[in-house]
Formats: sequence, structure tokens, C-alpha cells
Amino acid sequence: MSLAPRLSLRFVPVWRRNFLVWRKLALPSMLGNLADPMIYMLGLGYGLGALLPSVGGVPYIAFLAAGTVCFSTANSATFESLYSAFSRMHVQKTWDAILNAPLTLEDVVLGELIWAASKSFLSGLAIMLVVWALGLAPTAMSLWALAVIPVIGLAFAALGLAITAISPSYDFFMYYFTLFITPMAMLCGVFYPMDALPQAVQWFGQLLPLAHATQLIRPLLFGEWPSHALWHILALLAYAGAGFYVALLLFRRRLLK
Amino acid sequence: MAVLSVRALRKSYGERPVVDGVDFDIRPGECFGLLGPNGAGKTTTLKLCLGLIAPDSGSIELMGYEVPRHAREARHNIGVVPQFDNLDPDFTVIENLIVYGRYFGMEEAVIRARIPALLEFAGLASRGDTRIQTLSGGMKRRLTLARALINDPQLVLMDEPTTGLDPQARHVIWERLRQLRLQGKTILLTTHFMEEAERLCTRLVIMDHGRLIAEGSPRTLIAEHTEPHVVEVHGEGVEAWAAETASRYCERVERSGDSVYCYARDARPVLADLDARPALMYLHRHANLEDVFLKLTGRELRD
Repeated sequence: MSLAPRLSLRFVPVWRRNFLVWRKLALPSMLGNLADPMIYMLGLGYGLGALLPSVGGVPYIAFLAAGTVCFSTANSATFESLYSAFSRMHVQKTWDAILNAPLTLEDVVLGELIWAASKSFLSGLAIMLVVWALGLAPTAMSLWALAVIPVIGLAFAALGLAITAISPSYDFFMYYFTLFITPMAMLCGVFYPMDALPQAVQWFGQLLPLAHATQLIRPLLFGEWPSHALWHILALLAYAGAGFYVALLLFRRRLLK
Repeated sequence: MAVLSVRALRKSYGERPVVDGVDFDIRPGECFGLLGPNGAGKTTTLKLCLGLIAPDSGSIELMGYEVPRHAREARHNIGVVPQFDNLDPDFTVIENLIVYGRYFGMEEAVIRARIPALLEFAGLASRGDTRIQTLSGGMKRRLTLARALINDPQLVLMDEPTTGLDPQARHVIWERLRQLRLQGKTILLTTHFMEEAERLCTRLVIMDHGRLIAEGSPRTLIAEHTEPHVVEVHGEGVEAWAAETASRYCERVERSGDSVYCYARDARPVLADLDARPALMYLHRHANLEDVFLKLTGRELRD
């Protein structure tokens, strides 16, 4: 089997399958996606924000709003590409059924990637709607966030899929959250500016995908064009591409033997 | 032209050959059985034929396409009933069929038009909107079979289609498979139920340790490999009887646990002898495929 992925539009029925399942559970799923980050954003934003003068030149709630958009997008893509993809692959054997039809593993993994990114877009969008409703992102520039959110979703979905490919069970995902996702939330400017951290830690944080996300979304919400926008976008796309490729190789090793 | 033709197929995992030089052809309209004990290489052979794994060497031609290179094209015309049900638990019966049809690139209208006949075939006509979780094991199997037919395939591959079903459900599946053959479909079936193979298969191969060790119709295999009469004997003193007397009347004597299996061309002498020994209990029957299978693959457990 060649190492180069053969991509095709055959992933669409895989995406539609996941969409149909989601549609049946849309309301509880949306509420669940929205409630948790919203509680944090409003609770910390107004509660903790009342104790703070301003953060990065804006009220803390406005600062936190951008972090929340990024983190809930990343979280949603991660959950979908870990737990949901794992249950389709390993527990329900949905992938096995699909692979008996004229689809390849590339189609399935690409369908899962785009699906997880799509779902995370809805999470990001839901937060954005609240952000706009609260007047925390008053300019049209903030509409660009809707173009960035899917890229964040792709990056985290791809990384999540690579983890799913090596996971023996659901329990394994705890390591990914504890060792990667949660520390990233602390290092990448979600709750406070990155420059509050020691220089060496900042450098490390700069490498992580969530740092690229916050450095794109936060200026856009404040009505400014992000500095190094292209660099951050390319970095996220690189995470998405590399993650997808590694995931595909690992899934091949796991499933096609 | 053969629907599936396999030549010198080999696949090893590490040092262990799982498929070790397999050749066979399946002709249109056949029900071809691939039999073997657990771990004989049946499922690996099926996966190789579908192009899901790459062989170490050998060639596979499926529906005229070279596999695995053109497996996707070949699979367009294939239906697969996997060993374990993998229906979508979140969907209804009809949704399962629609979603599966889309994987073949079928138009929604074409899929919907096929569904009533498939539900009828599966005996699920009144269950279209039922959720999968509430179906019985037999219903799920029938739906899996209907799902495999959504693309109107020429060849249907089944990996142990009745494992885990009760006798009633199993008979329904057998009856449906015969209907499929009448419709002109070709069937490739793996099983370790000899009764199933004997009833359904027009031709079969027996596989063990990655190799094919026998091929033929069930009847010719029985005629070629075993004597027509079997007398199963057990009871007090069967050991001594087997050692001293049995081989006098029978061509072949096998022991398994506390039973002795006597294979004979003519059963009358051994039956006469046994009738004079009230301590021994016996059962006289015709030889079947299971006898052939056990003769060729041995009686040790494979797990």
C-alpha cells in the first residue's frame, strides 16, 4: 500500500452519517457544548473580572471571551475525534462496515476529520453568538473569527485522531487531556496573557496549536487584524496536515492488517 | 469467467504464515464454502479478497479487478455480511439501509426504491422505523444481510453468517441464502458449522493452517474422505472393546474423550457385535461433512 494518502470526495457519506446521528441528538448536544464554557466564561469573566482592572487593555470578560472561543472549539474537536471516533472505530465497528463498501481508510479518516472540525465549528459559533450578544466583539472584523474557527477545529481534530489511532481504550484519553490539552489551556493565553509566564515557558507555549488560535481570535474580536496572521494560520494547517497524515499511518497499522 | 480467482496467495504475520499458498476460483452462481477450524486463516483470506489487507505474494482477481490495487472498484459489486454485526445502533432499520447505500454512491431515490423489497426479504417489512437496539439477534442478522444487498451485488461474502443464532433464526437465514442463489447471486461463505456448509454449499474447500486441504461438493468430499457409516460408541469397557474388537469390523476407529467413533463401509457386523454387549451404548448414523472435517483437521481443540 502506498504511503501517500489517496483523498477523494468519498468521505462525504461518512460525514453525512455522523451528521445524521448528531441531528437526532442536536439539542442536548448543543446545550452540553455551550453550557460548560459559558459558565466558565461568565463566571470567571464577571466574577474574577470584577477583581481585575483590565487585562491586555480590555475588561477581563472580553479577554476571556476570545480564549473561550478558542478553547471550546479545540475541546469540541478533541472530544469528537477521541471518544466519538473511538466508539465508531472500536466499539461499534462502524468503520469496519464502511470499509466493506467501496470506501478506503483515507475516506473514513478524512470524513471523521472534517466531521469533528464541523462539530467544533458549531461550538465556536455558539460561543461567538453569545460574545456578540453581550457586545464583547463590537466590530465587523470579528466576523473573520468564523473563518479561523474551522482551522482550529481541523488542527485539534487531526491531533485527536492520531491519539485515537493508538488508544487501547477510552481511559487512555485521560492522559491526552492531562498531559496536553489542560496544560495547553494554561500556556497559550486562554485565561491570561502569555506574557504573564516566564520567557522559556512562553517560547514553548508559542509552539502549541492553541497559542496560534488565541493569537488569531483575540485581535479579531477586538477589531484588529492579527499580527503574523498568515504564520498562525499556516501553523494550524500544518498541525492539521501532519496530524492527519500521522493518524492515517497509525490507523492503517492498527486496522489494515 | 470466475467471479473471484485467487492464486498462490500468501500472508504472514511475523514468522507465522496465516495464509500459506491458497488457490481457488469461484464461478458465477455457486455457493462456495470456505471451511476451517478457528485460526485456519478464513477471515484473513476474506480480508485479502476484499483488498482490506495486502498479501505478501500471490494474486487476487475480484469481479474482473485486480485486488488490492482496484479493490474499491471491485467492492462496488460486492455485498459483505461480517462475522459480528456492525449495524449503526443510533439509526432505525431504514436509516441503516439509506446510510449504507450512500457509501456506494447511490442516489437517495434509488436507495429508497430498493428498501421495501429488501425489508420484505429480511422479514422486517413492519419494522422500518424500529431502532436497532430493540431488534432480536436474528432480526439484526437479517438486516445485515439486507444491508449487504443494498447495492444489488453479484457476489455476497459472508463470514460465519449464523454464528450465535438460535435454530429458528438460523433456518430463516439458510432459506434466504437459497433464495439469493435462485436470484442468480454468487455466495462465498465461511463457516465452521458443517451442517450449514452441507446444506448450502455447492462446492467447498477445507482450510487448515493457512492451506486448502480438500476441495469438492459436500457429497463428493464425504464419499472420498470417509466411510459411509459411523457408529459412535461409549459406556463401560469401551476402551477395551475399541482396542480388541472394533478394528475387526470397521475400516477406521477414532477415539475422542470417552467415545469411540467407528467408520465402516458396512455397519451390520459392528452393530451385531454391539447388540451383544449391553454395557456399550451406541448411535448409528450416516457419515457427514463433520466426519470429513474432523478426519482432515484432527480432533484437538483449537483455541
